[in-house]
Amino acid sequence: MLNRTIAPNIKDAIEFDLNLKPYEKYVLDNGVEVYAIDAGAQEVLQLEMVFYAGNSYESNNGVAAATSYMLKNGTSTKTAFEINEHFEYYGGYCNRGCQNEMASVSLHTLTKHLSVLLPVIKEMITDSIFPEAELAIYKQNSKQKLAVSLQKCDFVANRLIDAYLFGEDHPYGKYLVAADYDALTTSQLKNHFQQYYLNGNCVIFVAGKLPEDLFEQLNLQFGKLALKPGNVELIKTPIAPFATKKYRISNDAEGVQGAIRIARPFPNRHHPDFMKMMVLNTVFGGFFGSRLMSNIREDKGYTYGIHSYVQNQFQDTALMISTEAGKDVSEATVEEVYNEMKILREELIDEEELLLVRNYLIGNILGDLDGPFHIIGRWKNIILNNLGEQYFYDTVKMIKTITAEELKELANKYLQPEDFYELIVV
Amino acid sequence: MIQYDKFTLDNGLRVLVHQDISTPMAVVNVIYDVGSKDENPEKTGFAHLFEHLMFGGSVNIPTYDDPLQVAGGENNAFTTNDLTNYYCQLPAENIETAFWLESDRMLSLAFNKKSLDVQRKVVCEEFKEHYINKPYGDVQHKIKELAYSTHPYRWMTIGKELKHVEDVKLQDVKDFFAKHYTPINAVLVVAGNVTTEAVKALAEKWFGPIPSGAKYTRNLPVEPKQLAPRTLEVKANVPIDALYKSWHICSRLDARYYVTDLITEILSGGGSSRLFQALVKEKQLFSNIDCSHSGSTDAGLLSIEGKLVKGVDMKVAEAAVMEEIHILLKEGITEKELQKVKNKTESMLAFEDMSVMSRATNLAMYELLGDAELINTELGKYQAVTTEELINESKAIFNDNNCNTLYYYSNN
Repeated sequence: MLNRTIAPNIKDAIEFDLNLKPYEKYVLDNGVEVYAIDAGAQEVLQLEMVFYAGNSYESNNGVAAATSYMLKNGTSTKTAFEINEHFEYYGGYCNRGCQNEMASVSLHTLTKHLSVLLPVIKEMITDSIFPEAELAIYKQNSKQKLAVSLQKCDFVANRLIDAYLFGEDHPYGKYLVAADYDALTTSQLKNHFQQYYLNGNCVIFVAGKLPEDLFEQLNLQFGKLALKPGNVELIKTPIAPFATKKYRISNDAEGVQGAIRIARPFPNRHHPDFMKMMVLNTVFGGFFGSRLMSNIREDKGYTYGIHSYVQNQFQDTALMISTEAGKDVSEATVEEVYNEMKILREELIDEEELLLVRNYLIGNILGDLDGPFHIIGRWKNIILNNLGEQYFYDTVKMIKTITAEELKELANKYLQPEDFYELIVV
Repeated sequence: MIQYDKFTLDNGLRVLVHQDISTPMAVVNVIYDVGSKDENPEKTGFAHLFEHLMFGGSVNIPTYDDPLQVAGGENNAFTTNDLTNYYCQLPAENIETAFWLESDRMLSLAFNKKSLDVQRKVVCEEFKEHYINKPYGDVQHKIKELAYSTHPYRWMTIGKELKHVEDVKLQDVKDFFAKHYTPINAVLVVAGNVTTEAVKALAEKWFGPIPSGAKYTRNLPVEPKQLAPRTLEVKANVPIDALYKSWHICSRLDARYYVTDLITEILSGGGSSRLFQALVKEKQLFSNIDCSHSGSTDAGLLSIEGKLVKGVDMKVAEAAVMEEIHILLKEGITEKELQKVKNKTESMLAFEDMSVMSRATNLAMYELLGDAELINTELGKYQAVTTEELINESKAIFNDNNCNTLYYYSNN
């Protein structure tokens, strides 16, 4: 008779050997580096060109994002419609994104269509013309989208907490208002394009089922351009945190939930505590079985979900606790977050819970190495942050060996209520 | 081509196995043939609330999550109008843990009062977060009530109102479990670094002893054919006017489904689609416009929705949408345009197949629909669609009497 109360034997995930498939590296004639992972069963690939062209480099608020967006809105030979039609006809997806330091142009395509799509990417990054009419539409629609977002408590809370942490003029803390969109001009965009794309610094990441002549194709399209290699020194802007730490904001008179953000400054990936915080954070609020979820969702039912995480930024970061909770239980939620910090400061995490978290994290990494896109994602993080080839293996080793005492020490260093900004937006 | 094996246990549980030795992981996906359409109209939101309770401990195991996490696994679940799906991923060597956990909660739940009390609150917060506490949050609710008079698609999966969720009793939970959560009403898919022999042995061991249960026979009220246009005006505290138009379409297994799916791509799939180009770029009447369909098992809806540029009159915006529809009906589409949306679909399916998780989910969904082999035949069905079929189906769908329009006005 089957005894269902006894769990089957398992292999502890920490006993698994994890390997990050090495990349192949090419250097184009102009020095631009290409990192490639050739893997996967499907005949598809992903190409990402990363430019040092993000918000940190812009002359005025919103210029970097607008430039990035409008790379698909017209070249000297193609209209926005024609550019889109070309990608879509071949089933390709061309996207662009703009973050704080980097901005990227990416392509997802069936491998067989790469050669007809690359020339259009080249056109976008060398010959975009930023038509006035397109910018006018962008401004109008962005302002409308902003007006809708500003009615959402979570959107407002995300903007404000970053401003408190980094300052309203810091690239990580600043945010756009309608007047910023109104002030955008095509000449600002053209200048940004000229400096940070046309003559910019670039790194290329490719993954998937790669064609034999990948390097030749990339060199043909991009090797003669005025692009320079990436890995440049990032612009450093000193942070200017707000003096006041606690905020209660009323955004919507009819609101039934509060968007809660509790956050403190945290060092970047190069600090030894960054890696260790991965484990402490997982225990605290980093997964479904975390302390915050167990207490505030699964025991009290105050929220649909509560999470903590370290922000994904290159220079300064923050440790953030984030949730939307019932309006009448928002203050109680904040209190419970501090209670969980206190427990982590005062009590050792027991071995059972620590093993669970180690296994969960290792299992998670193992699962995340599934497929070429995930593998290149890990390498991209390591390469752009200059973390060194060993970083992945150091992380795995740390997860397997960090002790409860070290985690308690870390909690005492970083989970002190007086260091946290606290915000509720209803 | 996705390979898989299929067998059925004596208790009626259908099991599919898809091997992929390139991953160290395994995925276990269990789909139950019950969704919000199977709910009592006075107790809506129940199927979804029940999904939450499936994590509150089963008859022999106090918690579902902890042992799975100890085994290096992760899991989640979702509920739709049509079905409830539970899935987990863990290192393939530890796959028996997933069999142990999934089979125990198919055998019986702990029916824990505390879990019900807490999850009622959690679901109420989920309801508020997604449907109350954001601008336009009630739109889906209003469209469904307008378009469906009879079929249970008229309420949302989360529930018609908070009160229905608040009023759930433990006895309701027990009855629902007995009726729907049985081997005969479920499909199990195991994918990843596994063999069919090993899965068969584990399935016999853990799921084999569970009593079959009675086959649930669905007898849902049929939505009568809509005979006249329906409209609804709403004024709400939102910054921008919005227009929503929905038309009834065929069911998922109907051959016309593929035609319908391509119609939505023609109208709004990307920057070169018709509605975006005409209404956002050229005429600048909308700041965004989208066309999509519900993809539901029973006859669903095709919807066009957009936010109007400030100052544009609702009637002018609506007339412009209808003009694009009329151009489609009158002038048809070119072979090139059709080829474009077929190529997009081919590409999208290839990207979807990259993850083992997604292959397992699709196999489970198709098996529930009646034929797992659809995973390999769908692309061919899309490729066979002709321009003529596309126009004929557009004419059938975009009939004024088949249309439901929601005018959503800003009162600012």
